[in-house]
Amino acid sequence: MLPKLKYLFVLFFLLLFLLFAFIVSLMFGEVSFSLNNIVGILNSGEGNLKYAILMKIRLPRIVLGIAVGGSLSLSGAILQGIYRNPLVEPYTLGISGGAALAVSLVIVSGLESFASALALPLAGFTGSIAVIFFVYFFSVQRGNLQSNNMLLTGVMISFIASSLMMLLMAVASNQGLRSIIFWTMGSLDEPNILLIKIALTASFTGLFFSYFFARDLNALRLGEEKAVHLGVNSTQTIRFLFIIASLLTGISVAVAGIIGFVGLIIPHMMRLLAGNDYRILLLSSFLGGAGFLILSDTLARTIISPNELPVGVITGIVGGFAFMIILRKKYTI
Amino acid sequence: MPDILNIKNLSCGYGNGFHLHKINLNLPIGSFTGIIGPNGSGKTTLFKAISGILKPKEGILLLQAKNIAHFSYKEKAKHIAVVSQSVAVDSVRVEDFVLMGRMPYHSRFSFFEQKEDYEIAHRYMKLTGTYHLKDKLMTQLSGGEQQLVDIARALSQEPDLLLLDEATSHLDIGHQVQILNLLQKLNNDLKISILMIIHDLNLAGEYCDFLVMMNKGSIHIKGKPEEVLHYRHIEKVYNTLVVTDTNPISGKPIVLLVSENVHSRGQFSKTV
Repeated sequence: MLPKLKYLFVLFFLLLFLLFAFIVSLMFGEVSFSLNNIVGILNSGEGNLKYAILMKIRLPRIVLGIAVGGSLSLSGAILQGIYRNPLVEPYTLGISGGAALAVSLVIVSGLESFASALALPLAGFTGSIAVIFFVYFFSVQRGNLQSNNMLLTGVMISFIASSLMMLLMAVASNQGLRSIIFWTMGSLDEPNILLIKIALTASFTGLFFSYFFARDLNALRLGEEKAVHLGVNSTQTIRFLFIIASLLTGISVAVAGIIGFVGLIIPHMMRLLAGNDYRILLLSSFLGGAGFLILSDTLARTIISPNELPVGVITGIVGGFAFMIILRKKYTI
Repeated sequence: MPDILNIKNLSCGYGNGFHLHKINLNLPIGSFTGIIGPNGSGKTTLFKAISGILKPKEGILLLQAKNIAHFSYKEKAKHIAVVSQSVAVDSVRVEDFVLMGRMPYHSRFSFFEQKEDYEIAHRYMKLTGTYHLKDKLMTQLSGGEQQLVDIARALSQEPDLLLLDEATSHLDIGHQVQILNLLQKLNNDLKISILMIIHDLNLAGEYCDFLVMMNKGSIHIKGKPEEVLHYRHIEKVYNTLVVTDTNPISGKPIVLLVSENVHSRGQFSKTV
């Protein structure tokens, strides 16, 4: 099949999937509506309680789900390309942990109320970028990437970050403690619309700029040196991609907390569905991640209703098993 | 004949140490040059300097009389293509893999390959005898087939200079000769200049018209195969005993190894 046709087919399928996830997530929750109901409620206009549930509670969650799911999955796909390892993603590399630590520092220090909520995404971005470059330089020896070093370094950074976060919680005020605990569990429940807008903008920006490097990522699959032989400035490309991945991860973590493994499961499934070519993999990972996180969130909201699970619980369970399966099959990129 | 590549007084290396000392080498257009030398003698480092992975600490490299440092990454990839010891195993279709050789000709924003790219890729797949494999995955091919596909990829870059880093080392003699015959044909018919690192001294002598013997980061000797493959040079650089002779059919130098047992039994002096 011609690549163009195949790509169109894959995109069409994923857009349908996203639409399906969108509708399901609007329908189900503590109160469920049928599809007909939803249309009626939306037509009846504001002022209605059901309208408020749909538009003020569920819709913002869905939008945040698209932003965070898309971002984390895209970030995973990019990192896997750079590291040439299918087990790499923001969570396993410790990037989410670094972002979370930086955000906790801001919450505990009270900088958030002092400098506005914008301090949170900024801190997330800073934490991510610090970890991403640290892991990279730590695992490169004499120009060769040591994959095992890198994954272990990432796991250790996650440990250190979570220990430091516990330290912060121990010394934090009650108010700070409550916000950290709620936020670290990973949830799409975010009352601040501004933060949701920032997350959505960041995710689309990241997606847009990642496409400048789609061909370069294809070349990097062969290794940094061979990419240079094909005319790619590997060092510079990797730096740009790190910045994009940090933006995507840092802001997602700042708004939604640590949601693990989305960046592992979805790109992996997309490789099976659409192939390894980054020209399709980037967009398909984004769309697939968005749909997956919305559905996971719907499940988290309904499974023990009226209570609600952190969505990180669902992605963590699914992702942990996926990690082991991929590890066992030794998939290559 | 003008030169494709001039290396003048090149020194470079990793970190603070020097791995190459004052290399001087001129490659005429259309030459077929072999680089030989023991492990760690700087052959691969020299390749990294030519392909731009390592920056020179001293000296200069000229590609078609222009300083190589002034070429953009893409421009350089249109002139120099590299084939390494092995292809990173990747579940990519053979045709897509060969098409990667067209990357230097695409801007960041031209998203899909053009008809011309397919034509060029197919031409070189036919030339390397890999066209029938085009819909297979790279992971399904044998080592020899992978190397041939990688050469088709390199040729799709339409280079003037082809660098091969031990491209035949992992292969059996049948595949080695198949690839070297192909290179000879490319050299004769397409006038592509070839520079290859090769461990097998006999193949080096048979196929190359110029040899560079490296030792400890310097050029020990360079010249025609019959000058370079002299037992005195080989014994000194490789620290081993050899006998050299002439191939009765091609007239090229051949190198034979002698086991230490034979030597210590004293038969060595009798037979030579």
